[in-house]
Amino acid sequence: MENLNNIPREKFQFADTRDISHDKKFETKPVGYFKDAWLRFCKNKASVVAAVIIIIIVLYALIVPLCGLPEFMDAYYARMSPRNLALRNIGIATGGSTNEYNERSLILNYSLGAAAEDAEGEGVTWEEGLSGYYQPVIAVKSSAKSGNNLVYTAEVDTYLAVGFIYHSITQQEYADIISWQEETGKQVLYPLIAENEYNIDKSNANYWYKMITRATPVNIVDGREVQISYEDLQSGEAMLEDNYMRDENGSPVYYTYTGGGTVETAMYRVRVLYYNYYVYQNGFEPQYLFGTDSQGYDLALRMARGIQLSLLVALCVSAINLVLGAVYGAIEGYYGGAIDLIMERISDILSGVPFIVVATLFQIHLAAQLGAIPSLLFAFVMTGWISTAARTRTQFYRFKNSEYVLAARTLGARDRRIIWKHIFPNSLGTIITSSVLIIPGVIFDESMLSFLGIVNLGGSEMTSLGTLLSDASSIWTRYPHLMIFPALVISLLMICFNLFGNGLRDAFNPSLRGVEE
Amino acid sequence: MTKYVIKRILLMLFTFFVIITICFMLVRLLPRELPTDKNLAEIMQARWDALGYNEPLLVQYGIYLKMIFTKWDFGTSWYVQRMAPAWEVIASRILPTVLVNLYSFIISVPIGIALGAFAAIKKNKWQDHTISTLVMLFVSIPVYVYAFLVQYVFCFQLGWFPLTVSSLTDAGGSWLSPTMFWSMMPAVISLCFGQIAGLTRFTRAELTETLTADYMLLARTKGLKKSQAITRHALKNAMVPILPMIISTFISILGGSMVIEQIFSVPGVGQLYIQSIVQRDYDVFMMDTIFYTFVGLLAGIVVDISYGFIDPRIRMGEK
Repeated sequence: MENLNNIPREKFQFADTRDISHDKKFETKPVGYFKDAWLRFCKNKASVVAAVIIIIIVLYALIVPLCGLPEFMDAYYARMSPRNLALRNIGIATGGSTNEYNERSLILNYSLGAAAEDAEGEGVTWEEGLSGYYQPVIAVKSSAKSGNNLVYTAEVDTYLAVGFIYHSITQQEYADIISWQEETGKQVLYPLIAENEYNIDKSNANYWYKMITRATPVNIVDGREVQISYEDLQSGEAMLEDNYMRDENGSPVYYTYTGGGTVETAMYRVRVLYYNYYVYQNGFEPQYLFGTDSQGYDLALRMARGIQLSLLVALCVSAINLVLGAVYGAIEGYYGGAIDLIMERISDILSGVPFIVVATLFQIHLAAQLGAIPSLLFAFVMTGWISTAARTRTQFYRFKNSEYVLAARTLGARDRRIIWKHIFPNSLGTIITSSVLIIPGVIFDESMLSFLGIVNLGGSEMTSLGTLLSDASSIWTRYPHLMIFPALVISLLMICFNLFGNGLRDAFNPSLRGVEE
Repeated sequence: MTKYVIKRILLMLFTFFVIITICFMLVRLLPRELPTDKNLAEIMQARWDALGYNEPLLVQYGIYLKMIFTKWDFGTSWYVQRMAPAWEVIASRILPTVLVNLYSFIISVPIGIALGAFAAIKKNKWQDHTISTLVMLFVSIPVYVYAFLVQYVFCFQLGWFPLTVSSLTDAGGSWLSPTMFWSMMPAVISLCFGQIAGLTRFTRAELTETLTADYMLLARTKGLKKSQAITRHALKNAMVPILPMIISTFISILGGSMVIEQIFSVPGVGQLYIQSIVQRDYDVFMMDTIFYTFVGLLAGIVVDISYGFIDPRIRMGEK
């Protein structure tokens, strides 16, 4: 042949690049491990719904404290039922509570509405009282005979049923209230009650009409006491006779001096309609969508704080557990042998201590110095990381002898690199899932500890759902809302986190891939 | 097998000892409070001196162990039941706790297994979906919510049961009397929800796994009816993990549920625990801690060992 070594340059020509057949590029996007997990998570409707509910609850906890709800504690308005002025018209959140009343206490409740209409002490008819804005009785539902007496079941607005209270105010405040009354047309100050034989309880500002023993209303006819009944009042045959304190001219007295000081500085003792006094003080009418708690805080706000605390504790614990457990489990699982044995023993011992004992000891020892929440966190972390560590350990045992680890080691990767770059990402899904599934457990434990009173998380700035429930536990048969709302929220949280966690677990488990189809 | 059992027991005792030592140190480090009553305070101070409460910690621990081993004396209750031995205080509380939990155990095990088996057989049909959804709900809802609901519906609205557990004198002086049984029912029912749900979920999971196993196919091909195959092969094999779980539940019955005891005022171990913290009665607290730790460890070890007895594969592998 010809001299192949010396082929002239001219004989060469460029190959057409178009002729070379390349591998075709994927037209679809690659689906990675996490993307795949995400896609399969989205298919699981229950988990998605759970995630949405969790987001709603979190938003509730974050947004509600910013809504300007009343943050103060109002002792008169403690344990009040849910009340919202807009919803009131359609019969929800009326602030009403249905209870049984005997005739005398029903009259008393009705009479508060009548008294509120008559600040001048000129007398008021039963009818005027019924239609008044401040009438506490919403509806009488039924009456039943019990022995000799009728027992009425009535729905009464708990806010208005507080009625009147005696209050000591400065003269300056008195003047302010007077001018506020003129400005708004709302009546705060009402006549004081005469302290005579018809006033059976001098500390109760609601006993405004003439009554004898056991709050039985009477009329004075020719100097004699005539008892009047509910029917008399309804039919208009009798009127409640006021028992107001009056001066020489017969006009009612609105204040008396109380306490020392001169005439100019002494405090005034006045009788106020608490509902309007509240409006005067705060500038808005009392309305609490979820009612108020046993101390008189807004339950909506308290619950938001409780959720915040629960979630904060749960997230912190789960994050710390994730880190601690992953590191501990990785070392255990990767090195194995004697190290594994010793570390397993340590975690065995720690997991043998009942959690409640750990929590109690931490509270007693540390709560005074560190505060309740940090010591609670310590207690959770103390035993909580063990399950994560165990999970990580098994994952490491599974992967450490696989070919890709061997390959990495042959190429000279160091232990640390193999652990974090090669094995850890493969077990990440399982570890994350386990740390999400810790959350409901932590929420439950935290609420249980505060419910039992082992951890004291109550305060003016914070509270826990468990504390709310434990405050309600002895009185909630009378005030069901105190129990229902916190219990509902905590149950929802637990259910949703469990569903969400299960969804994650299935999504991160590649072996379940395609099973559903 | 014997060797394995002995090894496990020794390990457990070691763990137990370490935990108790740590807890003892932490409890004894706490400042003790004397009652306000001066005479009583003097007596108690004198007792504490005599019992060595002012010695160094390690010496105290030595005394504590010595008293336990020689006289079975776990210390004295100073506040809950004044000057009574801690062991007696807790011993009198074990029975109510066990009873409440035993009743709920007896009710929930058959129901749980039956529901679980039913759901597994009807897998992916509406029956299974209903049961699984309900189980998910019932597992998640905290036990005190059930307690409140039961208290509201059965005790308050319907008035079937008393609101709290009767006292011993009201019930005729016996924990086993019908009055006592009846008054314990609300607590029992509240405990049942969670237990049934847990057991149903576990049974369903195990049984669905055995139902898809190859030997089930073999059983059907050799001519067994579906019901025969399920009862004779699948259920039997599914029991291998279920039985240890039931056994461990049975042991942890001793621990009881603190919340339930608190709500229904069952005079049990859990209530004693709360009392001992509130009243700062540290010897009783220590006693209760020992009790809970022991029960917890025992449950764990019994499960592991019972696997060996129940599962022939593990038993054979050991030889």
